[in-house]
Amino acid sequence: MDFGFGIAPSSAVNLDSVDLEKFERLHTAEPDVYKCMACGSCSATCIAGRFSGMSVRKVLHCLQRGKEKEAVSMVKGCMLCGKCSMVCPRGINTRHVILSICRIYGEETK
Amino acid sequence: MKPKENIVVIGGGIAGLEAAGQLLKLGYNPIVIEKQDHLGGHVAEWNRLFPDMTPASEVVKRLIDQSSEANIFLNTEILFINRLKDRYNVMLSNGISIIARILLFTTGFRLFDASKKEEYGYGVYDQVITNRDLEHWFNNGNDKRIDASGMKAVGFVHCVGSRDEKARNPQCSKVCCITAIKQAIEVKQKFPEAMVYCFYMDLRMFGKKYEDFYISAQRDYGIRFIRGRVSEVSENIDGKVIVKAEDTLAGKPVKVTLDLLVLMSGIVCNPDSAKITGMIELPLDTDGFLKSRDNVADITASPKEGVFYAGSCTGPKTVPETLAEARSAALEIHSYLKEK
Ligand SMILES: Cc1cc2nc3c(=O)[nH]c(=O)nc-3n(C[C@H](O)[C@H](O)[C@H](O)COP(=O)(O)OP(=O)(O)OC[C@H]3O[C@@H](n4cnc5c(N)ncnc54)[C@H](O)[C@@H]3O)c2cc1C
Ligand code: SF4
Ligand code: SF4
Ligand code: SF4
Repeated sequence: MDFGFGIAPSSAVNLDSVDLEKFERLHTAEPDVYKCMACGSCSATCIAGRFSGMSVRKVLHCLQRGKEKEAVSMVKGCMLCGKCSMVCPRGINTRHVILSICRIYGEETK
Repeated sequence: MKPKENIVVIGGGIAGLEAAGQLLKLGYNPIVIEKQDHLGGHVAEWNRLFPDMTPASEVVKRLIDQSSEANIFLNTEILFINRLKDRYNVMLSNGISIIARILLFTTGFRLFDASKKEEYGYGVYDQVITNRDLEHWFNNGNDKRIDASGMKAVGFVHCVGSRDEKARNPQCSKVCCITAIKQAIEVKQKFPEAMVYCFYMDLRMFGKKYEDFYISAQRDYGIRFIRGRVSEVSENIDGKVIVKAEDTLAGKPVKVTLDLLVLMSGIVCNPDSAKITGMIELPLDTDGFLKSRDNVADITASPKEGVFYAGSCTGPKTVPETLAEARSAALEIHSYLKEK
Protein backbone atom coordinates (compact mmCIF):
# COMPACT_ATOMS: atom_id res chain seq x y z
CA MET A 1 0.00 0.00 0.00
CA ASP A 2 1.26 3.48 -0.78
CA PHE A 3 0.51 6.16 1.79
CA GLY A 4 2.17 8.83 -0.29
CA PHE A 5 5.05 9.39 2.12
CA GLY A 6 8.19 7.51 3.07
CA ILE A 7 9.67 6.76 6.43
CA ALA A 8 12.85 8.70 7.18
CA PRO A 9 15.84 6.58 8.17
CA SER A 10 15.57 5.95 11.90
CA SER A 11 17.73 8.14 14.13
CA ALA A 12 17.49 5.57 16.90
CA VAL A 13 20.70 4.00 18.09
CA ASN A 14 20.64 0.31 17.30
CA LEU A 15 23.18 -1.21 19.64
CA ASP A 16 22.94 -4.52 17.77
CA SER A 17 24.56 -3.03 14.72
CA VAL A 18 27.11 -0.68 16.28
CA ASP A 19 30.61 -1.68 15.24
CA LEU A 20 32.89 -1.10 18.24
CA GLU A 21 36.05 -2.49 16.66
CA LYS A 22 37.79 0.89 16.64
CA PHE A 23 36.54 1.79 20.06
CA GLU A 24 38.12 -1.40 21.35
CA ARG A 25 41.39 -0.29 19.80
CA LEU A 26 40.98 3.08 21.46
CA HIS A 27 40.24 1.36 24.74
CA THR A 28 43.39 -0.72 24.44
CA ALA A 29 45.44 2.40 23.85
CA GLU A 30 43.57 4.44 26.49
CA PRO A 31 42.15 2.15 29.17
CA ASP A 32 40.61 5.14 30.96
CA VAL A 33 38.05 5.92 28.25
CA TYR A 34 35.53 3.68 29.98
CA LYS A 35 35.85 5.75 33.16
CA CYS A 36 33.99 8.79 31.83
CA MET A 37 30.93 9.56 33.98
CA ALA A 38 29.57 12.19 31.62
CA CYS A 39 29.88 14.99 34.16
CA GLY A 40 30.52 17.66 31.55
CA SER A 41 33.48 19.29 33.30
CA CYS A 42 35.56 18.97 30.15
CA SER A 43 32.97 20.63 27.91
CA ALA A 44 32.24 23.35 30.45
CA THR A 45 35.92 24.33 30.60
CA CYS A 46 36.67 24.03 26.90
CA ILE A 47 37.10 27.40 25.20
CA ALA A 48 37.03 25.93 21.70
CA GLY A 49 33.79 24.06 22.30
CA ARG A 50 31.67 27.20 22.40
CA PHE A 51 32.61 27.96 18.79
CA SER A 52 33.42 24.61 17.27
CA GLY A 53 31.05 22.32 19.16
CA MET A 54 33.90 20.20 20.50
CA SER A 55 33.07 18.28 23.65
CA VAL A 56 35.11 15.38 24.97
CA ARG A 57 32.05 14.08 26.79
CA LYS A 58 30.01 14.02 23.57
CA VAL A 59 32.86 12.56 21.54
CA LEU A 60 33.27 9.62 23.94
CA HIS A 61 29.54 9.09 23.96
CA CYS A 62 29.13 9.24 20.17
CA LEU A 63 31.98 6.83 19.59
CA GLN A 64 30.35 4.26 21.85
CA ARG A 65 27.04 4.64 20.04
CA GLY A 66 28.49 4.20 16.59
CA LYS A 67 28.25 7.87 15.62
CA GLU A 68 31.83 8.05 14.45
CA LYS A 69 31.40 10.75 11.82
CA GLU A 70 29.83 13.12 14.31
CA ALA A 71 32.62 12.45 16.80
CA VAL A 72 35.41 12.91 14.30
CA SER A 73 34.02 16.19 13.05
CA MET A 74 33.83 17.46 16.64
CA VAL A 75 37.42 16.46 17.34
CA LYS A 76 38.51 18.69 14.44
CA GLY A 77 37.45 21.65 16.57
CA CYS A 78 39.92 20.84 19.33
CA MET A 79 42.94 23.08 19.88
CA LEU A 80 44.69 20.49 22.07
CA CYS A 81 45.10 23.05 24.82
CA GLY A 82 44.69 20.39 27.51
CA LYS A 83 42.37 22.37 29.80
CA CYS A 84 39.93 19.47 29.89
CA SER A 85 42.64 17.14 31.21
CA MET A 86 43.19 19.50 34.12
CA VAL A 87 39.59 19.28 35.30
CA CYS A 88 38.45 15.73 34.61
CA PRO A 89 37.35 14.37 38.03
CA ARG A 90 37.89 10.82 36.85
CA GLY A 91 41.49 11.63 36.08
CA ILE A 92 41.24 10.79 32.38
CA ASN A 93 44.08 12.23 30.30
CA THR A 94 41.56 13.61 27.83
CA ARG A 95 44.10 15.42 25.69
CA HIS A 96 45.96 12.18 25.16
CA VAL A 97 42.68 10.42 24.43
CA ILE A 98 41.91 13.01 21.74
CA LEU A 99 45.27 12.35 20.08
CA SER A 100 44.59 8.61 20.09
CA ILE A 101 41.14 9.21 18.62
CA CYS A 102 42.73 11.20 15.79
CA ARG A 103 45.18 8.37 15.15
CA ILE A 104 42.66 5.51 15.27
CA TYR A 105 39.62 7.12 13.65
CA GLY A 106 41.45 9.64 11.48
CA GLU A 107 42.75 7.02 9.06
CA GLU A 108 39.77 6.81 6.72
CA THR A 109 37.53 9.68 7.77
CA LYS A 110 39.74 12.41 6.36
CA MET B 1 31.50 -7.91 93.59
CA LYS B 2 33.64 -8.07 90.50
CA PRO B 3 34.37 -4.60 89.08
CA LYS B 4 32.74 -3.86 85.77
CA GLU B 5 34.87 -4.40 82.71
CA ASN B 6 36.30 -1.22 81.13
CA ILE B 7 35.54 -0.56 77.51
CA VAL B 8 37.34 2.33 75.86
CA VAL B 9 35.10 4.18 73.38
CA ILE B 10 37.13 6.56 71.22
CA GLY B 11 34.89 9.38 69.99
CA GLY B 12 31.77 10.87 71.59
CA GLY B 13 29.67 11.32 68.47
CA ILE B 14 26.34 9.57 68.08
CA ALA B 15 28.05 6.21 67.44
CA GLY B 16 30.09 6.45 70.64
CA LEU B 17 27.12 7.62 72.72
CA GLU B 18 24.74 4.96 71.46
CA ALA B 19 27.34 2.23 72.00
CA ALA B 20 28.10 3.54 75.49
CA GLY B 21 24.39 3.48 76.36
CA GLN B 22 24.03 -0.11 75.19
CA LEU B 23 27.23 -1.25 76.91
CA LEU B 24 25.96 0.23 80.19
CA LYS B 25 22.77 -1.81 79.85
CA LEU B 26 24.85 -4.92 79.21
CA GLY B 27 26.73 -4.33 82.48
CA TYR B 28 30.02 -2.84 81.30
CA ASN B 29 31.90 0.30 82.18
CA PRO B 30 32.25 2.33 78.97
CA ILE B 31 34.79 5.15 79.06
CA VAL B 32 34.12 7.70 76.31
CA ILE B 33 37.03 9.81 75.10
CA GLU B 34 36.05 12.90 73.15
CA LYS B 35 38.59 15.39 71.89
CA GLN B 36 36.11 18.27 71.51
CA ASP B 37 34.43 20.18 74.33
CA HIS B 38 30.99 18.70 73.60
CA LEU B 39 29.33 15.40 72.75
CA GLY B 40 27.32 14.48 69.67
CA GLY B 41 30.01 14.93 67.00
CA HIS B 42 28.75 16.22 63.67
CA VAL B 43 25.09 15.67 64.45
CA ALA B 44 25.41 18.27 67.23
CA GLU B 45 26.15 20.79 64.46
CA TRP B 46 23.14 19.92 62.31
CA ASN B 47 19.67 21.47 62.55
CA ARG B 48 17.02 19.04 61.28
CA LEU B 49 17.57 15.51 60.04
CA PHE B 50 16.25 13.80 56.93
CA PRO B 51 14.02 11.96 56.32
CA ASP B 52 11.52 13.23 58.94
CA MET B 53 13.06 16.60 59.80
CA THR B 54 13.67 15.48 63.36
CA PRO B 55 15.50 18.17 65.34
CA ALA B 56 19.13 17.00 65.59
CA SER B 57 19.38 18.41 69.11
CA GLU B 58 16.66 16.01 70.29
CA VAL B 59 18.53 13.01 68.94
CA VAL B 60 21.75 14.12 70.60
CA LYS B 61 20.05 14.93 73.90
CA ARG B 62 18.42 11.51 74.07
CA LEU B 63 21.76 9.81 73.42
CA ILE B 64 23.54 11.91 76.05
CA ASP B 65 20.84 11.13 78.61
CA GLN B 66 20.97 7.42 78.01
CA SER B 67 24.76 7.30 78.39
CA SER B 68 25.01 9.68 81.34
CA GLU B 69 26.24 6.93 83.67
CA ALA B 70 29.30 6.35 81.50
CA ASN B 71 32.68 7.86 82.27
CA ILE B 72 33.09 10.67 79.80
CA PHE B 73 36.26 12.65 79.19
CA LEU B 74 35.83 15.78 77.11
CA ASN B 75 38.70 17.78 75.60
CA THR B 76 40.76 14.63 75.82
CA GLU B 77 42.95 12.94 73.28
CA ILE B 78 44.82 9.70 73.11
CA LEU B 79 48.57 10.08 73.51
CA PHE B 80 49.44 6.49 72.85
CA ILE B 81 48.11 2.96 72.95
CA ASN B 82 50.24 -0.09 73.46
CA ARG B 83 49.45 -3.75 73.60
CA LEU B 84 50.09 -5.67 76.78
CA LYS B 85 49.53 -9.44 76.68
CA ASP B 86 45.79 -9.58 76.05
CA ARG B 87 44.99 -6.00 76.91
CA TYR B 88 45.55 -2.46 75.72
CA ASN B 89 47.10 0.31 77.74
CA VAL B 90 45.58 3.64 76.69
CA MET B 91 47.32 6.85 77.79
CA LEU B 92 45.15 9.97 77.71
CA SER B 93 46.16 13.62 77.39
CA ASN B 94 44.67 14.32 80.85
CA GLY B 95 47.25 12.08 82.50
CA ILE B 96 44.92 9.13 83.07
CA SER B 97 45.77 5.72 81.72
CA ILE B 98 43.28 2.92 81.20
CA ILE B 99 43.79 -0.80 80.87
CA ALA B 100 41.11 -2.53 78.79
CA ARG B 101 40.55 -5.64 76.73
CA ILE B 102 38.26 -3.82 74.33
CA LEU B 103 38.70 -0.65 72.24
CA LEU B 104 35.75 0.65 70.26
CA PHE B 105 36.57 3.18 67.54
CA THR B 106 33.77 5.66 66.92
CA THR B 107 36.01 8.39 65.54
CA GLY B 108 33.69 9.35 62.71
CA PHE B 109 34.54 11.31 59.60
CA ARG B 110 35.89 14.66 58.55
CA LEU B 111 34.14 17.03 56.19
CA PHE B 112 36.20 17.70 53.06
CA ASP B 113 37.88 21.11 53.22
CA ALA B 114 36.04 22.96 50.44
CA SER B 115 38.74 25.62 50.07
CA LYS B 116 40.90 22.94 48.45
CA LYS B 117 38.64 23.10 45.39
CA GLU B 118 39.93 26.54 44.46
CA GLU B 119 37.72 26.87 41.39
CA TYR B 120 34.65 27.04 43.69
CA GLY B 121 35.93 30.07 45.58
CA TYR B 122 35.18 28.97 49.14
CA GLY B 123 36.95 31.37 51.48
CA VAL B 124 37.44 33.77 48.57
CA TYR B 125 33.91 34.86 47.65
CA ASP B 126 31.51 35.77 50.44
CA GLN B 127 28.54 34.21 48.69
CA VAL B 128 30.03 30.72 48.78
CA ILE B 129 29.32 28.59 51.86
CA THR B 130 29.24 24.87 52.67
CA ASN B 131 26.54 22.42 53.75
CA ARG B 132 27.95 22.69 57.28
CA ASP B 133 27.80 26.52 57.26
CA LEU B 134 24.17 26.35 56.16
CA GLU B 135 23.25 23.98 59.02
CA HIS B 136 24.96 26.39 61.43
CA TRP B 137 22.95 29.24 59.97
CA PHE B 138 19.70 27.26 60.35
CA ASN B 139 20.67 26.78 64.00
CA ASN B 140 21.79 30.24 65.00
CA GLY B 141 20.76 32.53 62.16
CA ASN B 142 24.00 34.34 62.11
CA ASP B 143 26.32 34.28 59.15
CA LYS B 144 27.45 37.55 57.59
CA ARG B 145 27.72 35.89 54.20
CA ILE B 146 23.99 35.20 54.03
CA ASP B 147 22.07 38.34 53.19
CA ALA B 148 18.45 37.33 53.75
CA SER B 149 17.02 40.52 52.25
CA GLY B 150 17.64 40.01 48.56
CA MET B 151 17.76 36.26 48.09
CA LYS B 152 16.75 35.70 44.46
CA ALA B 153 18.78 32.69 43.39
CA VAL B 154 20.57 29.97 45.31
CA GLY B 155 22.63 27.08 43.96
CA PHE B 156 23.80 23.78 45.44
CA VAL B 157 26.89 22.03 44.11
CA HIS B 158 26.92 18.28 44.60
CA CYS B 159 30.04 16.12 44.95
CA VAL B 160 32.48 18.71 46.30
CA GLY B 161 35.58 16.75 47.18
CA SER B 162 33.80 13.49 46.39
CA ARG B 163 33.93 11.41 43.21
CA ASP B 164 36.93 13.48 42.34
CA GLU B 165 40.36 12.06 41.68
CA LYS B 166 41.76 15.58 41.55
CA ALA B 167 40.68 15.99 45.18
CA ARG B 168 42.16 12.53 45.88
CA ASN B 169 38.77 11.12 46.81
CA PRO B 170 37.09 8.99 44.17
CA GLN B 171 34.39 7.83 46.63
CA CYS B 172 30.78 8.93 46.78
CA SER B 173 29.98 10.46 50.17
CA LYS B 174 26.49 9.01 50.03
CA VAL B 175 24.63 11.44 52.32
CA CYS B 176 25.19 14.70 50.44
CA CYS B 177 22.64 14.18 47.64
CA ILE B 178 19.83 13.82 50.13
CA THR B 179 21.31 16.59 52.30
CA ALA B 180 21.36 18.91 49.26
CA ILE B 181 17.72 18.20 48.56
CA LYS B 182 16.77 18.66 52.21
CA GLN B 183 18.65 21.95 52.36
CA ALA B 184 17.31 23.12 48.99
CA ILE B 185 13.77 22.62 50.31
CA GLU B 186 14.60 24.43 53.54
CA VAL B 187 16.10 27.36 51.63
CA LYS B 188 13.03 27.53 49.41
CA GLN B 189 10.81 27.53 52.51
CA LYS B 190 12.75 30.47 53.89
CA PHE B 191 12.95 32.32 50.57
CA PRO B 192 9.86 31.36 48.55
CA GLU B 193 10.70 33.94 45.87
CA ALA B 194 14.15 32.52 45.20
CA MET B 195 15.06 30.18 42.36
CA VAL B 196 16.91 27.18 43.73
CA TYR B 197 19.20 25.04 41.58
CA CYS B 198 20.97 21.76 42.25
CA PHE B 199 23.98 20.92 40.07
CA TYR B 200 24.34 17.15 40.21
CA MET B 201 25.84 14.29 38.21
CA ASP B 202 23.79 11.45 39.63
CA LEU B 203 21.17 11.67 42.35
CA ARG B 204 21.67 8.96 44.93
CA MET B 205 18.37 8.60 46.73
CA PHE B 206 19.09 5.28 48.35
CA GLY B 207 17.31 5.58 51.68
CA LYS B 208 13.87 5.32 53.16
CA LYS B 209 11.62 8.04 51.71
CA TYR B 210 14.50 9.84 49.98
CA GLU B 211 12.80 9.55 46.61
CA ASP B 212 9.75 11.23 48.16
CA PHE B 213 12.00 14.11 49.14
CA TYR B 214 13.21 14.37 45.58
CA ILE B 215 9.69 14.31 44.15
CA SER B 216 8.58 16.93 46.65
CA ALA B 217 11.58 19.12 45.79
CA GLN B 218 10.51 19.00 42.15
CA ARG B 219 6.74 19.17 42.47
CA ASP B 220 6.11 21.21 45.62
CA TYR B 221 9.14 23.48 45.63
CA GLY B 222 10.05 23.82 41.98
CA ILE B 223 13.73 23.16 42.57
CA ARG B 224 15.65 23.06 39.29
CA PHE B 225 17.93 20.11 38.76
CA ILE B 226 20.76 20.66 36.33
CA ARG B 227 22.83 17.67 35.34
CA GLY B 228 26.41 18.84 35.12
CA ARG B 229 29.39 19.35 37.31
CA VAL B 230 30.10 22.98 38.14
CA SER B 231 33.36 23.89 36.43
CA GLU B 232 34.00 27.33 37.80
CA VAL B 233 32.67 30.09 40.01
CA SER B 234 33.45 33.78 39.66
CA GLU B 235 32.19 37.04 41.12
CA ASN B 236 30.57 39.92 39.25
CA ILE B 237 30.64 43.61 40.07
CA ASP B 238 27.31 43.45 41.91
CA GLY B 239 28.79 41.03 44.39
CA LYS B 240 26.96 37.99 43.05
CA VAL B 241 28.55 34.75 41.97
CA ILE B 242 28.40 33.35 38.46
CA VAL B 243 28.40 29.61 38.13
CA LYS B 244 29.36 27.80 34.94
CA ALA B 245 28.76 24.21 33.99
CA GLU B 246 27.67 22.09 31.09
CA ASP B 247 24.00 21.21 31.08
CA THR B 248 24.80 17.70 29.94
CA LEU B 249 21.18 16.86 29.18
CA ALA B 250 20.94 19.75 26.76
CA GLY B 251 24.54 19.39 25.66
CA LYS B 252 24.99 23.15 26.07
CA PRO B 253 27.01 25.33 28.43
CA VAL B 254 24.96 26.96 31.20
CA LYS B 255 25.67 30.04 33.24
CA VAL B 256 23.65 31.35 36.16
CA THR B 257 24.00 34.31 38.54
CA LEU B 258 23.41 33.51 42.20
CA ASP B 259 23.14 35.27 45.55
CA LEU B 260 24.31 32.23 47.45
CA LEU B 261 26.15 29.07 46.50
CA VAL B 262 26.21 26.07 48.84
CA LEU B 263 28.97 23.48 48.38
CA MET B 264 28.11 19.93 49.40
CA SER B 265 31.41 19.04 51.04
CA GLY B 266 32.01 15.33 51.10
CA ILE B 267 32.84 12.86 53.83
CA VAL B 268 36.43 11.74 54.17
CA CYS B 269 38.19 9.63 56.78
CA ASN B 270 39.03 11.49 59.94
CA PRO B 271 42.83 11.91 59.86
CA ASP B 272 42.88 11.70 63.69
CA SER B 273 41.61 8.16 63.60
CA ALA B 274 44.33 7.25 61.13
CA LYS B 275 46.83 8.62 63.65
CA ILE B 276 45.54 6.35 66.42
CA THR B 277 45.16 3.32 64.21
CA GLY B 278 48.82 3.80 63.34
CA MET B 279 49.68 3.21 67.03
CA ILE B 280 48.30 -0.32 66.96
CA GLU B 281 48.79 -0.98 63.26
CA LEU B 282 45.17 -1.15 62.20
CA PRO B 283 44.88 -1.17 58.42
CA LEU B 284 43.05 1.39 56.30
CA ASP B 285 40.76 0.20 53.53
CA THR B 286 41.28 1.24 49.90
CA ASP B 287 38.71 4.01 50.35
CA GLY B 288 40.80 5.58 53.11
CA PHE B 289 38.46 4.60 55.96
CA LEU B 290 39.20 2.08 58.73
CA LYS B 291 39.26 -1.45 57.39
CA SER B 292 36.74 -3.89 58.80
CA ARG B 293 37.44 -7.58 59.12
CA ASP B 294 34.85 -8.16 56.42
CA ASN B 295 32.83 -5.53 54.57
CA VAL B 296 29.82 -7.80 54.19
CA ALA B 297 29.57 -9.99 57.24
CA ASP B 298 31.69 -8.28 59.87
CA ILE B 299 31.73 -4.52 59.43
CA THR B 300 32.02 -3.72 63.17
CA ALA B 301 35.05 -5.94 63.80
CA SER B 302 38.60 -4.89 63.04
CA PRO B 303 41.21 -7.43 62.00
CA LYS B 304 42.79 -7.02 65.49
CA GLU B 305 41.84 -8.83 68.69
CA GLY B 306 39.58 -6.77 70.90
CA VAL B 307 39.25 -3.79 68.54
CA PHE B 308 35.83 -2.87 67.17
CA TYR B 309 34.35 -0.14 64.98
CA ALA B 310 31.01 1.63 64.75
CA GLY B 311 29.66 4.47 62.64
CA SER B 312 31.22 6.62 59.98
CA CYS B 313 34.84 5.76 60.82
CA THR B 314 34.42 2.90 58.32
CA GLY B 315 32.69 4.98 55.61
CA PRO B 316 29.90 7.50 55.03
CA LYS B 317 26.75 6.63 56.96
CA THR B 318 23.40 8.12 57.89
CA VAL B 319 22.27 8.59 61.48
CA PRO B 320 20.04 5.48 61.60
CA GLU B 321 22.79 3.38 60.02
CA THR B 322 25.30 4.69 62.53
CA LEU B 323 23.03 3.98 65.48
CA ALA B 324 22.25 0.46 64.25
CA GLU B 325 25.95 -0.24 63.91
CA ALA B 326 26.69 1.08 67.38
CA ARG B 327 24.11 -1.30 68.86
CA SER B 328 25.44 -4.15 66.83
CA ALA B 329 29.03 -3.39 67.93
CA ALA B 330 27.94 -3.37 71.59
CA LEU B 331 26.34 -6.77 71.18
CA GLU B 332 29.35 -8.12 69.33
CA ILE B 333 31.65 -6.92 72.12
CA HIS B 334 29.37 -8.62 74.62
CA SER B 335 29.50 -11.96 72.76
CA TYR B 336 33.25 -11.64 72.31
CA LEU B 337 33.79 -11.19 76.06
CA LYS B 338 31.39 -14.01 76.94
CA GLU B 339 33.39 -16.41 74.77
CA LYS B 340 36.68 -15.47 76.45
C1 LIG C 1 26.06 18.19 56.05
C2 LIG C 1 25.60 16.87 56.61
C3 LIG C 1 24.27 16.70 57.02
C4 LIG C 1 23.83 15.48 57.49
N1 LIG C 1 22.50 15.34 57.80
C5 LIG C 1 22.03 14.12 58.14
C6 LIG C 1 20.63 13.90 58.34
O1 LIG C 1 19.83 14.86 58.22
N2 LIG C 1 20.19 12.64 58.64
C7 LIG C 1 21.05 11.58 58.74
O2 LIG C 1 20.61 10.45 58.96
N3 LIG C 1 22.41 11.76 58.59
C8 LIG C 1 22.91 13.00 58.30
N4 LIG C 1 24.27 13.17 58.12
C9 LIG C 1 25.20 12.06 58.46
C10 LIG C 1 25.61 12.14 59.97
O3 LIG C 1 26.30 13.35 60.18
C11 LIG C 1 26.48 10.94 60.35
O4 LIG C 1 25.71 9.77 60.21
C12 LIG C 1 26.97 10.98 61.81
O5 LIG C 1 27.63 12.18 62.08
C13 LIG C 1 27.92 9.82 62.09
O6 LIG C 1 28.22 9.80 63.46
P1 LIG C 1 29.59 9.25 64.01
O7 LIG C 1 29.46 9.21 65.50
O8 LIG C 1 29.98 8.00 63.31
O9 LIG C 1 30.72 10.33 63.59
P2 LIG C 1 30.93 11.87 63.96
O10 LIG C 1 29.67 12.61 63.99
O11 LIG C 1 32.01 12.34 63.05
O12 LIG C 1 31.50 11.83 65.47
C14 LIG C 1 32.82 11.40 65.75
C15 LIG C 1 33.24 11.95 67.10
O13 LIG C 1 34.52 11.40 67.48
C16 LIG C 1 35.37 12.43 67.93
N5 LIG C 1 36.74 12.03 67.64
C17 LIG C 1 37.29 11.78 66.43
N6 LIG C 1 38.57 11.41 66.55
C18 LIG C 1 38.84 11.41 67.87
C19 LIG C 1 40.00 11.10 68.62
N7 LIG C 1 41.12 10.72 68.02
N8 LIG C 1 39.94 11.20 69.97
C20 LIG C 1 38.80 11.58 70.58
N9 LIG C 1 37.66 11.88 69.92
C21 LIG C 1 37.69 11.79 68.58
C22 LIG C 1 34.93 13.64 67.13
O14 LIG C 1 35.33 14.84 67.77
C23 LIG C 1 33.41 13.46 67.09
O15 LIG C 1 32.81 14.01 68.24
C24 LIG C 1 24.73 14.39 57.62
C25 LIG C 1 26.07 14.56 57.23
C26 LIG C 1 26.51 15.77 56.70
C27 LIG C 1 27.93 15.91 56.24
S1 SF4 D 1 42.13 20.01 24.64
FE1 SF4 D 1 40.53 20.32 23.08
S2 SF4 D 1 38.64 19.55 24.06
FE2 SF4 D 1 40.16 19.85 25.70
S3 SF4 D 1 39.75 21.90 26.47
FE3 SF4 D 1 41.36 22.11 24.90
S4 SF4 D 1 40.25 22.53 23.02
FE4 SF4 D 1 38.74 21.76 24.46
S1 SF4 E 1 35.47 15.63 32.54
FE1 SF4 E 1 36.13 13.49 32.36
S2 SF4 E 1 34.49 12.29 33.34
FE2 SF4 E 1 33.67 14.34 32.97
S3 SF4 E 1 32.63 14.17 31.00
FE3 SF4 E 1 34.70 14.90 30.56
S4 SF4 E 1 35.93 13.04 30.18
FE4 SF4 E 1 33.99 12.40 31.14
S1 SF4 F 1 25.85 11.46 47.63
FE1 SF4 F 1 25.45 12.65 45.77
S2 SF4 F 1 26.49 14.63 46.17
FE2 SF4 F 1 27.33 13.14 47.61
S3 SF4 F 1 29.17 12.36 46.59
FE3 SF4 F 1 27.47 10.93 46.14
S4 SF4 F 1 26.63 11.62 44.20
FE4 SF4 F 1 27.89 13.30 45.00
